[in-house]
Amino acid sequence: MVDFETMDPKEIIARRVSLEIRPKTLVNLGIGIPTLVSDHLDESLGVFFQSENGVVGLGHRPPEGMTDRHLTDAGGSFTSAVPGASIIDSAFSFGLIRGGHLDLTVLGGLQVDAKGHLANWMIPGKFVPGMGGAMDLVTGAKKVIVAMIHTAKGVSKIVPECTLPLTSQRRVNLIVTEMAVMAPLDDGLHLLETGPGYSVEEVIAATDAELVIKGDVPQMNLSLSV
Amino acid sequence: MHLAITLEEAVAMIPDGARVMLSGFMGVGTPDGLVHALAASGKKDLTMIVNDAARPDTGVGPLVTAGCVRKFIGSHIGVNPDVQEKMRSAEIEVELVPQGTLVERIRAAGMGLGGILTPTGLGTLIADGKQVIEVDGKPFLLEKPLRADFALIAARSCDYVGNLTYMLSATNFNPIMALAADVVIAEPEEIVPVGVIPPDAVKTPGILVDHVIKRTA
Repeated sequence: MVDFETMDPKEIIARRVSLEIRPKTLVNLGIGIPTLVSDHLDESLGVFFQSENGVVGLGHRPPEGMTDRHLTDAGGSFTSAVPGASIIDSAFSFGLIRGGHLDLTVLGGLQVDAKGHLANWMIPGKFVPGMGGAMDLVTGAKKVIVAMIHTAKGVSKIVPECTLPLTSQRRVNLIVTEMAVMAPLDDGLHLLETGPGYSVEEVIAATDAELVIKGDVPQMNLSLSV
Repeated sequence: MHLAITLEEAVAMIPDGARVMLSGFMGVGTPDGLVHALAASGKKDLTMIVNDAARPDTGVGPLVTAGCVRKFIGSHIGVNPDVQEKMRSAEIEVELVPQGTLVERIRAAGMGLGGILTPTGLGTLIADGKQVIEVDGKPFLLEKPLRADFALIAARSCDYVGNLTYMLSATNFNPIMALAADVVIAEPEEIVPVGVIPPDAVKTPGILVDHVIKRTA
């Protein structure tokens, strides 16, 4: 039995996000914590993972010594392909993303605000990695989940309004951190669940944005539903 | 000039200040022989249109490190510290373009379109100074075509008439960039007789390919 209170915060986030993934869907996982999500997923669900560079059906890293530089993921790391996988060019790949064919994208974030706006591509004057495919993913995917650590150096990443440049004007659907699951809705940012070992008060104290709380807030259920 | 040329002949064709499309995604599907030959030639003031800045030793990286690049147009520069540093010192101008918009702008140029209308970038810094056009009540950003003087392409196989195939995720920008430059130079991993690549397997028809880097025995 896994002890969720001592589990790595990143694994808690990845596991909670994995419970949002529906069978037989097309999913794009961003770099960092989102990449960990597939490890928590039952392969019998028949989910296909897409990467921006044109793989539909990413697999696990190949066995030692069997890597090939013609098959990599969106982070440039060696990958494999699952049975039934296909390869498309970059235009087709972003056609899937923008055209409403991608069921879910999971992305990391620098800031998310109470309106559900995400900022994750630059810190002006400090670090400018670029947006890569993030602007297309957030704009085009049917569902967007932000998966990130709740704070950075003790500062809340959940803010009243983003001060960093936005990735998209589209409202994300869900925000999952090690402390909370939150959903931005018309009347504000709802606290839906607390992370293992955190009270509602602790989540409120660690969050700069105002949280809408209705009734009792349950703890994350991290057990796989099967 | 012949279809088959040497790396030296290819490099001699590309003048200082040229606009060059370079295929690849984090260096995968990039014609490395051409990159290294160009870097060694000491070219100056190139505008490079490429998905990402990769790392210093892959993709467009060696050209940046060698000081050949004046402007970079692409979607991601996060893992190449050389580009970050040269951007801060204003040695390189960086134009960041969302990846899906980048490939569609190149496709628009290659397919004779006046631009594309995309929702990507609306309400962000990317929309600054750009025209917003409403279609059936929905707003879109007008993004203009992106062309180049040269496209440097990496292929898996090439036959004697220049038909190209690609392999797995090394495909990425290659078939799109092969449409959008005045001169297309392909660097294949192997050259095979006509007929070895079945027509259905050709991803870039040879009529689009101006030159192929010849094999050395």
